[in-house]
Amino acid sequence: MSARDDVLARIRGALGADPTAPPVPRAYRQHGEYAAGAPELVLQLVDRLEDYRATVVRIGADDDDSIGRAVADALAPREIGQAVTPPGTPREWTGWLADVVVDDGSLDAKALDRIPAVVTGSVVTIAETGTIVLDGGELCGRRAITLVPDTHVCVVRVSDVVQTVPEGLQRVDPVRPLTFISGPSATSDIELDRVEGVHGPRQLVVIVSG
Amino acid sequence: MSTFLGMPGGRTAGTRGPAADPGVGHLTGDRSFPAAAHDALANTQLRRNLAHATSTIRAKRASVVAEVPDWEALRDAGSAIKADTMARLPELLEQLEANVIARGGTVHWARDAAEANRIVTDLVRATGADEVVKVKSMATQEIGLNEALEAAGITAHETDLAELIVQLGHDKPSHILVPAIHRGRAEIREIFAREMPGVDPLLTDEPAVLAAAARTHLREVFLRAKVAVSGANFGVAETGTLTVVESEGNGRMCLTLPDTLITVMGIEKVVPTWRDLEVFLQLLPRSSTGERMNPYTSTWTGVVPGDGPQDFHLVLLDNGRTRALADELGRTALHCIRCSACLNVCPVYERTGGHAYGSVYPGPIGAILSPLLTGLTGGDDPNDSLPYASSLCGACYDVCPVKINIPDMLVQLRAEHTEAHADTHRLPSPEAAAMKAAAWVMADEGRFAKAGRAAAVARHGIRRGKPRIPLPPPLNGWTASRDAPAPAAESFRDWWTRTRGGSS
Repeated sequence: MSARDDVLARIRGALGADPTAPPVPRAYRQHGEYAAGAPELVLQLVDRLEDYRATVVRIGADDDDSIGRAVADALAPREIGQAVTPPGTPREWTGWLADVVVDDGSLDAKALDRIPAVVTGSVVTIAETGTIVLDGGELCGRRAITLVPDTHVCVVRVSDVVQTVPEGLQRVDPVRPLTFISGPSATSDIELDRVEGVHGPRQLVVIVSG
Repeated sequence: MSTFLGMPGGRTAGTRGPAADPGVGHLTGDRSFPAAAHDALANTQLRRNLAHATSTIRAKRASVVAEVPDWEALRDAGSAIKADTMARLPELLEQLEANVIARGGTVHWARDAAEANRIVTDLVRATGADEVVKVKSMATQEIGLNEALEAAGITAHETDLAELIVQLGHDKPSHILVPAIHRGRAEIREIFAREMPGVDPLLTDEPAVLAAAARTHLREVFLRAKVAVSGANFGVAETGTLTVVESEGNGRMCLTLPDTLITVMGIEKVVPTWRDLEVFLQLLPRSSTGERMNPYTSTWTGVVPGDGPQDFHLVLLDNGRTRALADELGRTALHCIRCSACLNVCPVYERTGGHAYGSVYPGPIGAILSPLLTGLTGGDDPNDSLPYASSLCGACYDVCPVKINIPDMLVQLRAEHTEAHADTHRLPSPEAAAMKAAAWVMADEGRFAKAGRAAAVARHGIRRGKPRIPLPPPLNGWTASRDAPAPAAESFRDWWTRTRGGSS
């Protein structure tokens, strides 16, 4: 008997003749009090992200040129003039940077390690938990480019901000490679005290626009 | 196979699968819990480290759980989803397998630790690589994968900070979430200074400095690694999606950069639908690290062309899980999402630490899960002592995000152990003999009254909580660590007969 058949037979044997379980009660909140993009949610999101030690830049405008200025303003004090960006981000977002690498999938990990920053969009953001979701698409890029560079500048449009985790998960396609980001890389492994900055990007700059 | 005779609340539903082999992997220690705990309690540094770490995490958890208005509804849903999963486990695993294959992955099944180790070793060998990077994974700890790879000439680099501290310190993990919880910052600095090649000799014990040292140390390894091995927090049957929940980004590195990814997942980690993650992604981070959300959660479904590993293998592991599954109460131990909240609130764990439990699963959940996976012998096997490593205070049940009734399970396992002991020993244990004698006395009114009067006489043998004459074994075992209460001069029954409850 193959291991597969053996394990499945063991499971069926262990469960007995008529395994049943009661229906799952879903009395928890499926939606928050506020609609996507509500000002209350933006305030909550900013509070959560700052709690995680992310840098938040709030701009009222949502045109691509204003976003591009905010990206450059965020990177300038860090003395970063070079960034990689996925093919689907508007060119204006990186228009003020001296050196822009548009990802064509050819850069390997070592090449990415020499690029100090990455500029991407996002697909949905959950305010209550301060969680930004990337889906590996044209706006977010393949996973490696948002991982290896040390600074991640991520654009979150206010209209994509929802309140709760269930609302966030409903808006993404599960078969895409998803990355849920809640602040910069961190660890609690030393005396269960949280410190930021381990293997992922140590700087997370979130530009909340609109 | 022994037959479980039953206790209120514990019932065998079906045929037990085989127990995990305690000789492979790390499900059993080499000493009983009391013996190991005795040494741990004498280590004041350990107790200070544990008290500090567990009190920090308890406060954080309590604060972020309190701000969730529907926490109890989430726990109810989490518990019910897991119960539903167990009831439909064969079909869900087949569905998960079909979806992983449909998206370009390969699925393997392993009956036990040895088979899983063999599968992973062969897969790594086939790539030609002589090293792998690892995401922290309880399943691979359980089966002793690192040792198996090492025996095959393959170096396994642990990349989680706490796992790295354990690996560099030639130590054993002592906590599900933070395997190096028993180490303070000064000890970690010492380990890094001693074991990390090329580390800055001026390294301080600031956590941020130590984290930066780990980043530098592992960076080159991540960038060159061709093969990664991970566990999985959840596997979604409906879509074939695997999930890893982490903080540092070492998980993302392993799941993204290498060409080949091998994921070892216990069969109980499957969940029916994508929607179910909306429950667990709320329960898990708040219960484990006390954060609203962990920094990084990665999900992937098979192989994505041009993004991440192009060769993906999922190894589904039994290793005693079908043994636990056969028991209606024991089955609920498989609901565990490995958050470690029960460890952090346990008064026993806080004092003894995780090494005393022997198994990679320490604390309250380990005290039930380890013996459920390996079986109880009724003899002196170290895991036989684990169900007694509890005061049954119930704090673990209160914090469990999926409402596993650990105290009830501990009581059932104690009964099972007693019965197994009776089956394997000609003479009853001293405890069983004492209970039998007590039952005989208490079954008859006259005998009980006489026993009460006899106890009043015995009180002269006890002074300030200690017997005047040392008691013979096994009674001295009781009085070694406890006061012997002196019986009252008059039994309650005699007092009642004399005074009518104080009315005369």
